[in-house]
Amino acid sequence: MHEKRDIKRIEQEKERWEAETLKPTLKNAPERAERFTSVSMAPVERLYTPADLPDRDFMKDLGFPGEYPYTRGVHPTMYRAKLWTMRMFAGYGTAIETNRRFKYLLQQGQMGLSTAFDLPTLMGYDSDHPFAAGEVGKCGVAIDSLADMEVLFDGIPLGEVTTSMTITSPASVLWAMYIAVCEKQGVPYHRIGGTIQNDILKEYIAQKEYIYPIEPSVRLVTDTVLFGAHHLPRWNTISISGYHIREAGATALQELAFTLADGMLYVEEAIKAGLEVDAFAPRLSFFFDCHNDLFEEVAKFRAARRLWARIVREKFEAKDPRSWLLRTHAQTAGVALTAQQPHNNIARVAIQALAGVLGGTQSLHTNAMDEAMALPTEGAATIALRTQQIIAYESGVTNTVDPLAGSYYVEALTNQMEEGAWEYFRRIEDLGGMIRAIEKGFPQREIADAAYAYQQAIEREDKIIVGVNRFTEKEEHQIPLLSIDRAAEGRQIDRLRELRRSRDKDLVVRSLDALRQAAVGKDLWGKDLLMPKILDAVRAYATQGEIMDVFREVWGEYTEPSII
Amino acid sequence: MTTQVEQKIRVLIAKPGLDGHDRGAKVIARAFRDAGMEVIYTGLRQTPEMIASAAIQEDVDAIGLSCLSGAHMYLFPRVMELLRERGADDIVVFGGGTIPDEDIQKLKAAGIAAVFTPGATTGEAIEFVRTNVRKTV
Repeated sequence: MHEKRDIKRIEQEKERWEAETLKPTLKNAPERAERFTSVSMAPVERLYTPADLPDRDFMKDLGFPGEYPYTRGVHPTMYRAKLWTMRMFAGYGTAIETNRRFKYLLQQGQMGLSTAFDLPTLMGYDSDHPFAAGEVGKCGVAIDSLADMEVLFDGIPLGEVTTSMTITSPASVLWAMYIAVCEKQGVPYHRIGGTIQNDILKEYIAQKEYIYPIEPSVRLVTDTVLFGAHHLPRWNTISISGYHIREAGATALQELAFTLADGMLYVEEAIKAGLEVDAFAPRLSFFFDCHNDLFEEVAKFRAARRLWARIVREKFEAKDPRSWLLRTHAQTAGVALTAQQPHNNIARVAIQALAGVLGGTQSLHTNAMDEAMALPTEGAATIALRTQQIIAYESGVTNTVDPLAGSYYVEALTNQMEEGAWEYFRRIEDLGGMIRAIEKGFPQREIADAAYAYQQAIEREDKIIVGVNRFTEKEEHQIPLLSIDRAAEGRQIDRLRELRRSRDKDLVVRSLDALRQAAVGKDLWGKDLLMPKILDAVRAYATQGEIMDVFREVWGEYTEPSII
Repeated sequence: MTTQVEQKIRVLIAKPGLDGHDRGAKVIARAFRDAGMEVIYTGLRQTPEMIASAAIQEDVDAIGLSCLSGAHMYLFPRVMELLRERGADDIVVFGGGTIPDEDIQKLKAAGIAAVFTPGATTGEAIEFVRTNVRKTV
């Protein structure tokens, strides 16, 4: 971005400054540490200058917002036109309780819904399955059938809000239930908007809510991509997620690289299944973490957009500019919250949320201060939403597009992120692609190593966590916590048993048989044939456990390689 | 003075229930190993029955249970119950995860010796095991 001549002069001047000004200063007042590192343990230099941005071209690498390579943002006006969607993740107990929380959040000015499901739902078990004991409604809402989904969205006009559903292994089933509720509300398919997470690769890498072996699981994901491309043009069929990879211990760079590598695999699979890249790439969205290290996070978001644009345009030869866009949701880092002095988490969340906004996110969830201990109370969740509103309306950061562009530090970090990601892509390719890399445990090991290194740094006090290894207090701070009604499990099981008694049993059996036939034929996978069958089963009030069991029978279950 | 040979402490690190968050369990497993203990990691999705059986079979001195799904109030006491039924309640059981203070008191009453919450160090957990498991022959 500077002439070679200028760079040369800046380098010479920097050497002079180091000798004349810096050296005597360091003698009198040494720095606080020998090395400075980011939250990801990446080295951070004392000072960045244009000499740290060699061979970079403003038009090629940054350009203008709303144009390739989108480093500066996906919209030409960014938050001057429309703020990001404040989308708070919520769900607990039964559909009745979560429906009440949804309505409350919409009244408080939230702009879209985001559903958290409990573990039995995430793992494809009905609430009365022995493995579900103690877990029903605990970390999200319990959904067993369309009957629960009808209650969950009762009184919420689904043609007007968009809904994100954090569900992966059974994503196709929960999506089918949502579509069926929309059918009952009379919302036409072309108006149904929202997102299913549906990113199965990150389950094997980090979140571990996998059920089936990798290949049939990927085919099921591809099937939903095809169904979306053919029938639901406003639905994001995969939210390619770095969040869980990061929370499992990855560095910012690993989060970026593994997530985009997963994204590339989904694109390849959909192309193999016969879709044109431009027919589905615009409906792929992303989901990243925002951790405490403000500049590193901003650089990660900017690098992600530039990388994805280059990959989709150059590698996959997409022609439609909407295919090149990396649109993303972001969530503040749950893993950065502490149980000690929980009020401090409000400040952490504010910094993390600011990182997401300065990074140019399209939607954002802010964690509540109590989430190191439990699901959030209504009061704590409201403070988290207000934090976003303060950033949006009071801080001024929304007044201009990509305000940190041109910072020598942020641009150098953005470049490093991009280069580091290409290096990871090469390593994954050398291992035979992402599926083989996962089978060999490569990303899992990288993440486990990073998590351990970070924990050791905290214990050595190389990394300071306020209230944990410095500025600790003897007295414990008590804050009110949400407790999930234990009776919810019993109520949910009663509902489920009542449903099993009252539905048309023959219709359920027939629909599950039809689904089984579709799942058996290997050549039929990834051909948009499973989704219509799942929809039929859902409409017949087959439970999600019953539907997932059909695939368990046909495909078997996955066991992961043991990596510590 | 009698000669006492210190034996390696054996610890089972277990993930009960459906929760897949294994960052904490893996970090603890590796830290214990680095601290010279013998560590057996069960992997994910273990029922309390599987955990109790593994602990007895492996003849461990301590069990570390990790749960971030909120189901700890069912899963942890159930492991204790099974150990007691099988006469193995001399095994020191401790837990970790996103667990409210109120529940910690109840878990301790149910026999869980210690509960570590987010922010706790591996050093504290190692210290706890060393103090509570004395292994000499």
